[in-house]
Amino acid sequence: MHRIYGWVFEPGFFASQPVHVALVIGGVVAVVSAVTGVFTVMRGQSFGGHALGDVSAAGGSGALLIGFSPIAGFVGLGIVGAGVMDLIGVQRLRSRDLATGIVLGAAIGMSALFLYVNTSSGATQQILFGSIFTASSATIGVVVILGALALATLAAICRPLLLATVSPDIAAARGIPVRLIGIAYMLALAVSVGLSSVATGAILSTALLIGPAAAALRLTRRVSTAVVAACLIGVAAAWVGILLTYDSYYWGSARRLPVSFFIVAVVFAAYLLAGLCSRWAVSRAATAAVTQAVASADQIAA
Amino acid sequence: MSDSTRIGAQAADVLRVTGVSVSLSGRQILADVSFAVGAGEFTGLIGPNGAGKTTLLRVILGLQRTAAGTVEVAGQRHARRNPAVGYVPQKVLLDPDLPMRARDLVALGADGHRFGIPVPSRARRDAVAEMLDAVDADRFADARVGQLSGGEQQRVLIAQALISRPKLLLLDEPLASLDLGSGQEIISLLARIARQQQVAVLLSAHEMNPLLPVMDRVVYMAAGRAASGTAAEVIQGDVLSTLYGHHVDVLHVHGRVLVVAGTGGGCASEDAAFATVPAREAS
Repeated sequence: MHRIYGWVFEPGFFASQPVHVALVIGGVVAVVSAVTGVFTVMRGQSFGGHALGDVSAAGGSGALLIGFSPIAGFVGLGIVGAGVMDLIGVQRLRSRDLATGIVLGAAIGMSALFLYVNTSSGATQQILFGSIFTASSATIGVVVILGALALATLAAICRPLLLATVSPDIAAARGIPVRLIGIAYMLALAVSVGLSSVATGAILSTALLIGPAAAALRLTRRVSTAVVAACLIGVAAAWVGILLTYDSYYWGSARRLPVSFFIVAVVFAAYLLAGLCSRWAVSRAATAAVTQAVASADQIAA
Repeated sequence: MSDSTRIGAQAADVLRVTGVSVSLSGRQILADVSFAVGAGEFTGLIGPNGAGKTTLLRVILGLQRTAAGTVEVAGQRHARRNPAVGYVPQKVLLDPDLPMRARDLVALGADGHRFGIPVPSRARRDAVAEMLDAVDADRFADARVGQLSGGEQQRVLIAQALISRPKLLLLDEPLASLDLGSGQEIISLLARIARQQQVAVLLSAHEMNPLLPVMDRVVYMAAGRAASGTAAEVIQGDVLSTLYGHHVDVLHVHGRVLVVAGTGGGCASEDAAFATVPAREAS
């Protein structure tokens, strides 16, 4: 028993200060991303979320270059990017792809420039693939405050946002300011993606956004349940990912493998598993229906 | 030929449209449209595609600015945010994967405009169950709403619109994507609701025949103009010819009404749009 425990949790995991910081940041980021992600998947804006991740990368690398904390750039430029996407027309179905594509292209170009000019080693790795183990405990406060802001925004607008997602026409007729609600949601998305950039890196910031939400939506037909399930899947993915990263040091290479890889791997596994579960539920329901039909046919025959 | 033909436009009118004109980028969409709908009346808003039906409904909802004219709903000048109006828009495309049961969509009709997280309550649940029952949707109340059939979705959307207890229910082409049987079911459901709950129904359609048995009143639109009255008053050759601006004939075939382009050399492009059957076959 003790041996298995020691094999799962390599020595020093619970005593390590960077691990504590990583677990807290990972957990908070996973919750914020999961809640935002349920709306993102429902609104069909996964690609928009990814574009904001690229904007985040540009912001983070820019901030690093001029000596600021990357998180300021991740979130700051993300918000600007969300505004620009709205101006180009991300809320209209026909110009949605266009708005996303233009902003995404511009953002990657900026990142390429900033990361080229920045000659300090590890900048590319830190911005693009995350730096959760090198985050300082001071970052926790910023992450928690920004995360709470994003969640509060979503909680406030959840019903008008849902109605506007189902039918913008009905929402407008009910007096809901559909455009403003859409902008508020985009801002929450930008903050959420910016925070995610801290954990899994800007390039992979959609992993915690889309994966857990998509898996949760396969399992339930209620938004509230989907939000809870997405949070559980997201936090589990973040924590298991952090644990595996920590353990990977002892796997022989004496190097830590990237945390983003493990988080994404767990998210992907959860998505596949959710698919199997929903198929199993469907086939079980079908079997039950057939059994019932056979039983009633038997009754008629008797 | 506006609502002047109507006898006794009483104070009980739940909707009064007076002299409404709308222009969109220089094109006149509605020209001096006037009519009224009484409490609990079933009114068909009939006309070919492009006649201005959707624009008129948007004006009534307060979503479209007018160049002239007024709209009064339940005695109030502004319909937007007016809980006295329920609305089922045209072509609501519900994603089959939408994580929402029929019951949840109906609940959004009650409080979808409110801010904050919804607090589950007995009263809310009961109101939703009552509405689902009123539209015979109990059977599929817990199914994913996007996976229901067109007719079933239409019922859920009607329940969603009725839950705020409106005095006027607007439906934009609710029969457009339904097969004949489901369409017929929706029509009798709406007629029953209008009668039992005293909700006035204003329903747009390009085909009037399925509605003839239940309509108290017709608002016929063509080329942005409207004529209103009972079906017998409005669906007449001279009335509709004036409306279209060229000669049309109204034919009665086995209890059905066909509006066809006249032989007197009309405007061919519009004929094709509104003729129920090709003019060649009818004549």
